[in-house]
Amino acid sequence: MNKDILICGVGGQGTVLASRIIAAAAMEEGSSVHSAETIGMAQRGGSVTSHVRSGDEAYSPMIPFGAADMLLAFEPGEAVRNLRYLRRGGTAVVNTTAVKPVTESLRDTGYDGSEMVNYLQGKCDCIFINAEEVCKPFGSTKFFNIIMLGVAAGSGHLGLKSETLLKMIGQYVPSRFLDVNIRAFNAGMEIAGQTSGNLKGE
Amino acid sequence: MKQYVMGNGAIALGALSAGVRLVAGYPGTPSSEIIETVSRAPHEGVHLEWSVNEKAALEVAAAAAYSGARAMVTMKQMGLNVASDPLMSVAYIGVKGGLVIVSADDPGPISSQTEQDTRRYADFCRIPVFDPASPEEAYEMIREAFAYSEKYNTPVLFRPTTRVCHAYAAIETPDSFAPGPCDGFVRDPGRWVIFPRLSYMNHGKIEQRNVEIGKDFSSFRFNTVEGTGSGKAVVTSGVSYNYVRECLKGHDGIRLIRVATAFPFPEDFMLKALDGVQEVLCVEELSPYIEEQILKTAGKHHLALKVSGKLDGSVPHNGENSVELCSAILDRFLGIRTGLAQTDVSDAPELPVRPPVLCAGCPHRASFYAVKQAMKGRQAVFCGDIGCYTLGNAMPLDMVDTCLCMGAGITMAQGLNHMNEGVTCFAFVGDSTFFASGITGVVNAVYNEADIILCVLDNSTTAMTGHQPHPGTGRNMMGNAVEKVSIEKVLEGIGVRKILTVDPLNLDEAVYAVEQCAEEKGVRAIVFRSPCVAITKPQGKCAVEAAKCVNCRKCIREIGCPALTTVDGAVTIDRNLCTGCGLCSHICPVHAIGGEKG
Repeated sequence: MNKDILICGVGGQGTVLASRIIAAAAMEEGSSVHSAETIGMAQRGGSVTSHVRSGDEAYSPMIPFGAADMLLAFEPGEAVRNLRYLRRGGTAVVNTTAVKPVTESLRDTGYDGSEMVNYLQGKCDCIFINAEEVCKPFGSTKFFNIIMLGVAAGSGHLGLKSETLLKMIGQYVPSRFLDVNIRAFNAGMEIAGQTSGNLKGE
Repeated sequence: MKQYVMGNGAIALGALSAGVRLVAGYPGTPSSEIIETVSRAPHEGVHLEWSVNEKAALEVAAAAAYSGARAMVTMKQMGLNVASDPLMSVAYIGVKGGLVIVSADDPGPISSQTEQDTRRYADFCRIPVFDPASPEEAYEMIREAFAYSEKYNTPVLFRPTTRVCHAYAAIETPDSFAPGPCDGFVRDPGRWVIFPRLSYMNHGKIEQRNVEIGKDFSSFRFNTVEGTGSGKAVVTSGVSYNYVRECLKGHDGIRLIRVATAFPFPEDFMLKALDGVQEVLCVEELSPYIEEQILKTAGKHHLALKVSGKLDGSVPHNGENSVELCSAILDRFLGIRTGLAQTDVSDAPELPVRPPVLCAGCPHRASFYAVKQAMKGRQAVFCGDIGCYTLGNAMPLDMVDTCLCMGAGITMAQGLNHMNEGVTCFAFVGDSTFFASGITGVVNAVYNEADIILCVLDNSTTAMTGHQPHPGTGRNMMGNAVEKVSIEKVLEGIGVRKILTVDPLNLDEAVYAVEQCAEEKGVRAIVFRSPCVAITKPQGKCAVEAAKCVNCRKCIREIGCPALTTVDGAVTIDRNLCTGCGLCSHICPVHAIGGEKG
């Protein structure tokens, strides 16, 4: 089965780790996997994407426009920026907490992500989560990427078993942080359970 | 063993599996992870180094290949410009052990100053070039590259592009690697000492040999033809081959020709592949190299062939290709409909712009700010260079007036000085760039009596490319602690009379150092020393005392730190980003920003 997952956000949000865990889990489940990441200057606070493609017919390292089964957006503006990748009927998991660019602080256009959230609602099936709120119990935004993975897994559209993802989390995060990461993943799964009922479905 | 690796990792593992015995290079996106992968993989018996620059790397590796060992050099495309001097000459001399020069091209350009095409260098130097389309191919092809290098006793170029370098795939590799043999250098001045007579002789032999290699490449397994359709054909290379394949899914039979060895051009292969074809579309990135070769072949063999590509405007000259671009080009050429249904986003709200910026707490920000403060109201010009600190050009710092190539800031400041009287000319250079190509510029300044202020921004690493060590860091890629090459002592040895060293995060001291230098003549140097925040633990966190803050926003306006934002109209410091550098607390006119040691 072919599955294309696009992960997007802002440099420093932990999108790379999330994409590596998805790729590793897909391989663990026997798929042939390819991926591509933003590397270099753009990592310094710029827009970043990771493309994870599983299946034998993924030729391009990047997902073509209109092909992604799921958009995992760590920032609402980045979700809109990358919406063209999502296929018709695909699902977007979107963090509603905006990351303001430095230029925004200088210019003050009032960007807070809300207009992005409104726009997305009319465009595709969305699962919204508020990073600020869901990260509170963890005392840090550091585990947000794993919460996002939990939401993606819980939505049922990632095409991967949660056990496999948890196993890969165990391989990718330092052992002293494993417990808190498992809690983060489960928190994400719960959020998905609460919200996925609102989806129109495919 | 199955390993999920980046294209650059595949190149490294392929070279190790081919028995490479020496690997040298200089960091540069998109090539840097090749050497980093070698260092993490089992590589006992392999000499591994970050050389001081690409020219040094190629010379080190060429001598290893003279000694009979397999050697690899890695760099980005512009690094090949630096290495072009030894490259041209070693092409005449040839090698004994395989010598593969990896030069990663960057269509877009995504992280580079130019959109140059390494395949042109291959043609220019008359040496073979290999062009992989994916990480899996890169792994296989680099091993072939070593074999061809030894078969024809010539250095060869290996040219991946960014999207191949940074793509990930699973590669099957041996569990361990063993370096190949090294017979040792055998003296033979008639072979290894370049003289006009030898170059004349070898030039003739090389051209004859290249005809042979072109024939050999005609059966190279990565030069492929798919589909039996006649009339129209698509010719492609590198990652564009995979973009085209992605587009042509479900459109079987279209003739797709892929050339993985642009030089020496596999003419016999192409003639056969074009049999029954009247119209051909060339889809390649950077320069229309294959397109030109096909035109040449068509002329030579009187083929009635219409050739489309960059030269007739069918494919853009600049920028990288993509599935979407290829889809549009193929649709026009083939009269078919490729591409998927897309969500219409033409009505999307305006998106936030996210240019790359210096990290929160970056000491470069403090260095630039100190110079800016010290030179307020005076005429000054600021020559930048290549590295994170190029980002000093962004508002509100706006402290980069020129940027050209590695090390150029130091010498360009001299040219500006000679032509612009009364203007204080500054050159900013990073520590790694200083060692790579800054030192000769300082010698030039001292010798030719320039009045410049050299600012060495020493953050103890090569930050932009992923924190590689360099001669000033005291460790090398063999894992050894070595004597640190002192920037101050180098400057002193060259004859720079005034050399000051300051911590840029101590703003008053840093401003005073610049003011002192501005009063003097000759070559003055300030070493701004503070480690990169990405490799050090944060010193603490700063916070705004809401009761004291008058919301003048001077902190935001003056330094543009990403940790400084406004929440509900009030200036706030993002604790997740702040490193406690304290620069903003020096700027606040009402002392509303305090530090907190973490």
